[in-house]
Amino acid sequence: MSAGPLAIPSVAARRGAARMSAVSLALWTVRFLVVALVVAGTIGTILKDRYTTAQWFEFVLFGLTIGSLYAQVALGYTMVYGVLRLINFAHGDIMMCGAFAGYFVATPLENSGFLEVHPVLGMAAILAAGMVVSGVIAVLTERIAYRPFRRVQGFAPLICAFGVSFFLEQTFRGLFGSSVKSYPAPKWEGVEFHWAGLSVPGVDLLVIVLAVAFMAVLYLIVQKTRMGMAMRAVSEDGEAAALMGVDVGKVIVFTFALGGAMAGIAGVFYAFLFKQVYFYMGFTPGIKAFGGAVLGGIGSVPGAMLGGFFLGLVESVGPSLFLDGIGIKAPYELRDVIAYTLMILVLVFRPQGILGEHMAKKRA
Amino acid sequence: MAEASLLLCRRLTRRFGGIAALTDLDLEVASGAIHSIIGPNGAGKTTVFNCITQNLSPTSGEVWFRSDRIDGLTPDRVAAAGISRTYQNIRLFRNITAIENLLVGMHLHVHSHWWGAVLGTPHTKREEARAHAEALKLLHFIDLAGRGDLLARNLAYGEQRRLEIGRALATRPKLLLLDEPTAGMNPHETSRMMAFIQRVRAEFDITILLIEHQMRVVMGMSDRVTVLDHGAKIAEGTPPEVQGDPAVIEAYLGVKSAAPTAARDHAASLLGAAASER
Amino acid sequence: MKTLTKAATTGLLFGVGGVYLALVGLLEMMQARPIVFGAVNLGQAVLALLALACGAVAARDAGPAFARAGAGLLGGLLAGALMALLQVIVATVPLQGMFIAASPALRNMLAFGFAPGPGALAMLLGGGIGGLAGAVLAVSVPSLRRAIVAGAAAVVIAGVFQELIQLMIQYEGIIGWIRDFVYTWQGLRPQGAVAIFVIAGGTSLVLSHRSSAGHVPSPDQRRRRRFISAGVALLVLVLMPLLAGAYIGEVLMLVGLYILMGMGLNLEVGLAGLLDLGFVAFFAVGAYTTALLMSGSSIGLLHLSYWEAMPIAVLVSILGGVLFGLPVLGVRGDYLAVATLGLGEIVRIVVLSDFAAPLLGGPQGVLDIPKPSIGSFELGSPVKLFYLTLVCAGVAAFIAWRLENSRLGRAWEALRDDEDVAQALGVNLIRSKLLAYGLGAAFAGLGGSIFATMLGSVYPSSFQLLISINVLALIIVGGMGSLPGVVLGAIALIGLPELLREFGEYRYLFYGAALIVMMRWKPEGLWPSEVRSRELHAAAGEAEPVAAMEPG
Repeated sequence: MSAGPLAIPSVAARRGAARMSAVSLALWTVRFLVVALVVAGTIGTILKDRYTTAQWFEFVLFGLTIGSLYAQVALGYTMVYGVLRLINFAHGDIMMCGAFAGYFVATPLENSGFLEVHPVLGMAAILAAGMVVSGVIAVLTERIAYRPFRRVQGFAPLICAFGVSFFLEQTFRGLFGSSVKSYPAPKWEGVEFHWAGLSVPGVDLLVIVLAVAFMAVLYLIVQKTRMGMAMRAVSEDGEAAALMGVDVGKVIVFTFALGGAMAGIAGVFYAFLFKQVYFYMGFTPGIKAFGGAVLGGIGSVPGAMLGGFFLGLVESVGPSLFLDGIGIKAPYELRDVIAYTLMILVLVFRPQGILGEHMAKKRA
Repeated sequence: MAEASLLLCRRLTRRFGGIAALTDLDLEVASGAIHSIIGPNGAGKTTVFNCITQNLSPTSGEVWFRSDRIDGLTPDRVAAAGISRTYQNIRLFRNITAIENLLVGMHLHVHSHWWGAVLGTPHTKREEARAHAEALKLLHFIDLAGRGDLLARNLAYGEQRRLEIGRALATRPKLLLLDEPTAGMNPHETSRMMAFIQRVRAEFDITILLIEHQMRVVMGMSDRVTVLDHGAKIAEGTPPEVQGDPAVIEAYLGVKSAAPTAARDHAASLLGAAASER
Repeated sequence: MKTLTKAATTGLLFGVGGVYLALVGLLEMMQARPIVFGAVNLGQAVLALLALACGAVAARDAGPAFARAGAGLLGGLLAGALMALLQVIVATVPLQGMFIAASPALRNMLAFGFAPGPGALAMLLGGGIGGLAGAVLAVSVPSLRRAIVAGAAAVVIAGVFQELIQLMIQYEGIIGWIRDFVYTWQGLRPQGAVAIFVIAGGTSLVLSHRSSAGHVPSPDQRRRRRFISAGVALLVLVLMPLLAGAYIGEVLMLVGLYILMGMGLNLEVGLAGLLDLGFVAFFAVGAYTTALLMSGSSIGLLHLSYWEAMPIAVLVSILGGVLFGLPVLGVRGDYLAVATLGLGEIVRIVVLSDFAAPLLGGPQGVLDIPKPSIGSFELGSPVKLFYLTLVCAGVAAFIAWRLENSRLGRAWEALRDDEDVAQALGVNLIRSKLLAYGLGAAFAGLGGSIFATMLGSVYPSSFQLLISINVLALIIVGGMGSLPGVVLGAIALIGLPELLREFGEYRYLFYGAALIVMMRWKPEGLWPSEVRSRELHAAAGEAEPVAAMEPG
């Protein structure tokens, strides 16, 4: 630490240094480097012209698909953060629970041929299972692990959330085994649409459309119903809401249930997209979805949707667009790096996100 | 800039989003004075402190301290320049002991390196012993002798208030900013705190800038009073000058000029009563 | 009525807990670990414990003695009923396609070897008896209860760790005779179990009798006692590998590495309050730097000796820590945790990628790292490396202890409690935080360096996020900011699971539960950091006159 007293004759003499400290210099360097990298990579890629339009279209479509899932999971993060100021670190694992529930419904349906004959009914059953199981588990985690920490500041709630995350993962591993289970793939899922030389996989379309539909429903619930309004009131100012007669406990349970159900749907879709289920599957998407939530502005429901989509897009298009152009081998391996980098950049430079203004100040 | 003034704020403005918490405030604090800032709730008093200590950077305006401009510095440099403060809702380091709180306050005046501490160099030991002795003296001054090894969070309310002032004094400030030091105290405790503050000035020979919500508290001991309302200065002067000012009465009681004279008389008598307590 | 409801809920909750343990596969695995040869295994012990605890909890605050007994009985019966139900379901419905643990072996265990019907009855009965016994135990004389608990715990510990204990007492003569009296290689002998129970229970009785005679230890004595126990623990740590052989040496080596890292993270999290989940990155930096500097393979850079490579690795780790800390300086609290987690993951992915492969070896890593040697004496075996680790951990602990009581340590604690206020008092945030990251990283880097030479090779898969979580969990369980807590946490979270190796896959289940339980019931940890008494200490030691500023 500093050796001498800092009361050197003139403070003004050090003004320049204070205005532009080494740290802000470093941070500006980081910004500059990132922008330079992105620009150079993009130019490089365009000059190389390695990818066809169809490929770019594929990247974008996949980005939107995976982004729709991130958006759904991000909603849970953002809503829980809104009412509890807690990063529910286990939320990604809640998604995993939904995927498992869907798997255990989908497999018998597939084996009996039901899923082929009645795709809509079958799909509805699978989704319902995912929603219910995830919602119930989310509510249970709140009851058991988070409720004692409602008024606790500091690390305890977050560390407890890590505990919950591990506990859920390892429980599912113990119950259902550590092997990767492959999800059923009904024939109708392989349908592709062709249009102007571009091919659109049916499953992507299905996931995006349904995800958007479910999110619209959630948005309506948050905006229009009594419970949704109470939830927004608690997000805004918990104490004031309680004074106005809002049952905060009920609102919190509702929030977990709603976020859990949404994550359950996302889990089912995720499993359909990647065709597999395993106990660890929720972790990485969970972190990324949190990144999406922060990106959009934590506490903001539309922000989470926007942030999720954006993150998915950047992650999907980024490797080819930014990294290929500067000559990085196998850029696709680094797509998680892009997602994490984006998340860290947001946390460092704009913790309030795109749409959130007030929330971040209270905690971060 | 007058030679005798220690702190000078020029057209200090701070906005939160679209809302101005502080507008074009000019403030001059004379060296050695007890200067009070009063005003109703939400008048922007604490924002003034935050803008002086640079916990918030002012949206515009200048802050000068002892012929140096200090706005734009980081808070630790402001502390090094000689300004220290307390907080309206006591902000002690709750999980360390009282004496350690004081030692943290002396951070700027303990000259040792971390590797000196690891190696246990004589210099470090000397510095630690010196700091320790000084902390004990301070502990005594704030009347907490024998309570120094308690965790700060386990101290009584009044003790916490005094410890916070002691911690601020440990930085050896030229200017001490006290944010509602009597908040939450009964009249008896309040008058003791006021006596304590006067003792602080006498003992440490420093200038004190004081925020108060209750006008009564400051009238008795301030050399000069600045009244804020809605983020702007509405009056300034010696206590008698201020308490006769109609704008002040209006701000405090919400009395419009057309209001019944009875209320105004009541307000004036309240203010006067405080003055006569002196 | 209220008592009844409470007893019933308790019973059902414990029943659910038992069903959980069964389905998650733990019970069956525990069954494979004998305690008393031919009589009791760990699985049965856990079932019994569940029933007893259920009865005791159900009977709490239930009023008069008979009501308590009734509550205990009811609780135990209900818990037993759920377990019995599970057994019958497993017997009749093919569940194993879904729940992999729902095997015939599990059913057999839950039915105590009987057919489904009688088995269910036995479980129900067992639950009831256990619950009743728990309730009786709960209302019995405290000293007696303590003696029984102590005796039972001693038997369980002696049984579960029988391999380790027996390895340590491989002597002839009287010790050998005792060993043969107490143990077979399949667990305790019944007479041994009884002997241990009697000895432990008796000791507890005597001790509780003595302490009830009005002898309350003063804080000073308590501290001295703690120091003595810490010293004994250290001695055991030093002598253990000599007594118990190479396997224990390996386990202790790992424990030592985690102690080293725990000391580092403790500076960051425990003192400075910077919740860092990317800690593994520094470990990786230390390991890779050492590997690249020492390796004899083609990507090795300098082929240095260990003693040259280690300091460089530590320096590079410090640099890594500072560079890592720079961007996240302004990020606080929860956000910092997630940001550092992201940074750590980025490091891992980049190391793993083809992009960095020419430099770092990609997924295959860096091979052919020689062992350190002193003169011609090679520190080849894990046991020898363990002593190296122990020395390093000792140095780290010393540094951490000195720092904790220094100006910097106080500044850290201040910014842990309130960053803004610390800064307003003149603490330079940038400097303090970067020092925390840098010094924390130094310890982790040192650990990584030892790790690299221990394995003889490094690959990216050794540097998972789980390492960060392990270290974080151990300092939380041990007690944040507490140096002895780090040691205790490492032994409990790293050492124990290694000794109970067959439970290895349940380790993280245990961690998760431990984090939740600790945060909820004992957030200060198993060995909380002590409040330093500086005022009194000075009054006794450096007797400084305090009159100079005496007011009035």
